[in-house]
Amino acid sequence: MAKKIYETPMLDELENGPWPSFISGFKRLRDDHPDERINTVVSGLLGQLEHSYETRKGYWKGGTVSVFGYGGGIIPRFSEVAEAFPESKEFHTIRVQPPAGNHYTTDMLNQLADSWEKYGSGLVTFHGQTGNIMFIGTDTENTQHFFDDINEYGWDLGGAGPCVRTAMSCIGGARCEQSCANEHGIHRHLVNEFVDDVHRPALPYKFKFKVSGCPNDCQNAIERSDFAVIGTWRDEMKIDQDEVKAFVEKKGRDYVLDNVTSRCPTNCMKLNDDNTLTVDNHECVRCMHCLNVMNKALSPGDDKGVSILIGGKRTLKIGDLMGTVVVPFKKLDTAEDYEELVEMAGDIIDFFAENALEHERTGEMIERIGLVNFLEGVGIDVDPNMISSPRQCSYVRMDGWDEEAEKWFARKAEQAAG
Amino acid sequence: MALADMRSPIESGCPDGFQYMHPTMRRNFGLWKYHEQPRGGVMCHVAHSGDKVWTVKAGTQRILDLFTLRKLTEIGDKYGEGHIHFTLRSNIEYFVTEESKVQPLIDALEGAGFIVGGTANSVAMISHTQGWLHCDIPGTDASGVVKSMMDELIDDFKNCNMPNRVHITTSCCQINCGGQGDIAINVQHTKPPKINHDLVGNVCERPTVVARCPVAAIRPAMVNGKPSLEIDEKKCICCGACFPPCPPMQINHPEHSKLAIWVGGNHSNARSKPTFQRLVAAGVPNNPPRWPEATAIVKQILQAYKDGAKDWERINDWIERIGWPRFFEVTGLPFTKYHIDNWRGSRNSLNASTHIRF
Ligand code: HEM
Ligand code: SF4
Ligand code: SF4
Ligand code: SF4
Ligand code: SF4
Repeated sequence: MAKKIYETPMLDELENGPWPSFISGFKRLRDDHPDERINTVVSGLLGQLEHSYETRKGYWKGGTVSVFGYGGGIIPRFSEVAEAFPESKEFHTIRVQPPAGNHYTTDMLNQLADSWEKYGSGLVTFHGQTGNIMFIGTDTENTQHFFDDINEYGWDLGGAGPCVRTAMSCIGGARCEQSCANEHGIHRHLVNEFVDDVHRPALPYKFKFKVSGCPNDCQNAIERSDFAVIGTWRDEMKIDQDEVKAFVEKKGRDYVLDNVTSRCPTNCMKLNDDNTLTVDNHECVRCMHCLNVMNKALSPGDDKGVSILIGGKRTLKIGDLMGTVVVPFKKLDTAEDYEELVEMAGDIIDFFAENALEHERTGEMIERIGLVNFLEGVGIDVDPNMISSPRQCSYVRMDGWDEEAEKWFARKAEQAAG
Repeated sequence: MALADMRSPIESGCPDGFQYMHPTMRRNFGLWKYHEQPRGGVMCHVAHSGDKVWTVKAGTQRILDLFTLRKLTEIGDKYGEGHIHFTLRSNIEYFVTEESKVQPLIDALEGAGFIVGGTANSVAMISHTQGWLHCDIPGTDASGVVKSMMDELIDDFKNCNMPNRVHITTSCCQINCGGQGDIAINVQHTKPPKINHDLVGNVCERPTVVARCPVAAIRPAMVNGKPSLEIDEKKCICCGACFPPCPPMQINHPEHSKLAIWVGGNHSNARSKPTFQRLVAAGVPNNPPRWPEATAIVKQILQAYKDGAKDWERINDWIERIGWPRFFEVTGLPFTKYHIDNWRGSRNSLNASTHIRF
């Protein structure tokens, strides 16, 4: 069967300009690839996409496709205009979990390319916004073959639907001086504890883990995940005064005053007359600004750990929410520390599974029931770091005050005793 | 295939990244000291051990065809050291441990049409979603919007000329998979869904759809003797949340699905706490194949930011300092009643003070 070539005058416009063109890539697959299956499928895709551009509408609908033994991980796509463009009538996306930190060897990428060449359209993205490798475009039968193939050499599907989703972590310790945590270890400990919940969607809605090694939060964890783990430290930041002096010498005192000390959100830094820097570490909120500007001179301290924020999400349905601090600081040094972390995640997922309404995210559930009910449900004590300010309105019943105050003092005494 | 022939999956989950990591990075994991940025698209990280690694970062078309992927790996074998990392915004990063390898690697990437840049205070690669190419609910395309915009912003990607980094995102429906951005270009529907009553009864789980609406504008109804759904169009905020669970409630429209532009979303904790993006422009035509109207507004905002912000101010920091009235003044964008929020918590966004700039 000679492949049909659809006219694509609108898409052709996207071959102009200096940025690499995905359309040119599609055409190479259509015209130059030795496999006729790939030529035709991409030809149909180009036809349908041009049709979308002309009519300003999408023409994919969902459905049910999965692989044997799993309930999720595939985004099924069936064409609504298959009569006009039959070649790409099934065009499912396969979500595959990347390695923690998104590292690859060229050999492994080539091996994945070989597998995808056998069973797919030849289009792939590293990575989708949800963190998965997206193998874009195959039919129902080849979905299974492709999965069987790559599953044999170490790759597993990601989450799709109401389940624990593919996690994400920053490059962190692999190449970043700001890293305060083993992002890699945290990422894999968490998500791999819940493989069953990844593959068999049975939660009220999605649940995402994201890990950033420091408060710069390169993974956008606070806003984009239900369970955000952010590296931080609680002792004094390290100051290399010789490097401070060198920086001041190079940039001038005014630059340092204007761009470092006066930008500190808590005004806890002072540039001294001798061009050294003093930091009141007790006031520092670990915002990272000064460390970013003077990254050779300033570094995180040694007493590292993580903060955990719960409940971030995007617009649907009540509007965007940032995660809320639920654990201000937790050490993550020993196997036991990691066990506690994973246990806490399990408790939160269980509470979410039991208490969230259908299609309600963790953050929305907390908004509905109140943070205190959530904390009591998962067994975490209140802490003033969880709020930006205390209650403003007096309309609340507080006849348990004495007991609650007692609890606070008891906890303080316990902490003091170590 | 009979069930008995089916192979059971190996539930291996997330793979260990260390097996693919560059050996110098593996050796110095968690032991880096500082980094320098010799030029746009290049970073040099120095470890406490004295080891160094140079990163060369490049933008691609993100939706990679296998020819392009193989070209990228070939460059990694010939000019890099065989190890690759992809960033959150789908840029590719190569690592080399000798400075002399940096320029040949850059030349090879640029020679093959990739764009080296995207580090430090540049306009980073626009992060995008699925769009008409492969989502089932999109109001616009994603890869095409981004290609068109990056064509125009390419110099700001290559060079580090902005006051601080600029992260731009796009979303092709109001679910907004694209997330927060210093600038976000998102679909904004302006008319309620058109219901195909013949299909609703068979296709949609009606209570689920009713529950999905953020403003309780949907109720079950009999239409032409068939069970269907009805929308109170005065209440409807045209969000499209009912469309995914019920495709016969078509929200996408070639004219009425527009684009809106939002600014000041910032995920980092640096200086101020993380911030949400705010509406600045709407009614922007969804105009394929190159969306020139949206790009023009983005460039207008970027120019004002570049002219007005101090070093290290992200867009949200800059606006916080100059105030919103001045933002509208310097960008020339109209301020309308739609900019005044009425969603939950909106009272916190009103000015309850006499802090007014004249
Ligand atoms: C029809 C169903 C949906 C499908 C097939 C779908 C698919 C996807 C895909 C493929 C991505 C990655 C996009 C990319 O990078 O290209 C994504 C991301 C995302 N989706 Fe969906 N989506 C659906 C519905 C929703 C809904 C209902 C929400 C509502 C909350 C949602 C929220 C998000 C968010 C917030 C992201 C960004 C992910 C992150 O930051 O982790 N999606 N979705
Ligand atoms: S989040 Fe922090 S540790 Fe991770 S890559 Fe970003 S700056 Fe580095
Ligand atoms: S990290 Fe932030 S809060 Fe702490 S001293 Fe530096 S600028 Fe100030
Ligand atoms: S933003 Fe909407 S249309 Fe775009 S990929 Fe996400 S769910 Fe699909
Ligand atoms: S578009 Fe949004 S507001 Fe309108 S009926 Fe549907 S869910 Fe409700």
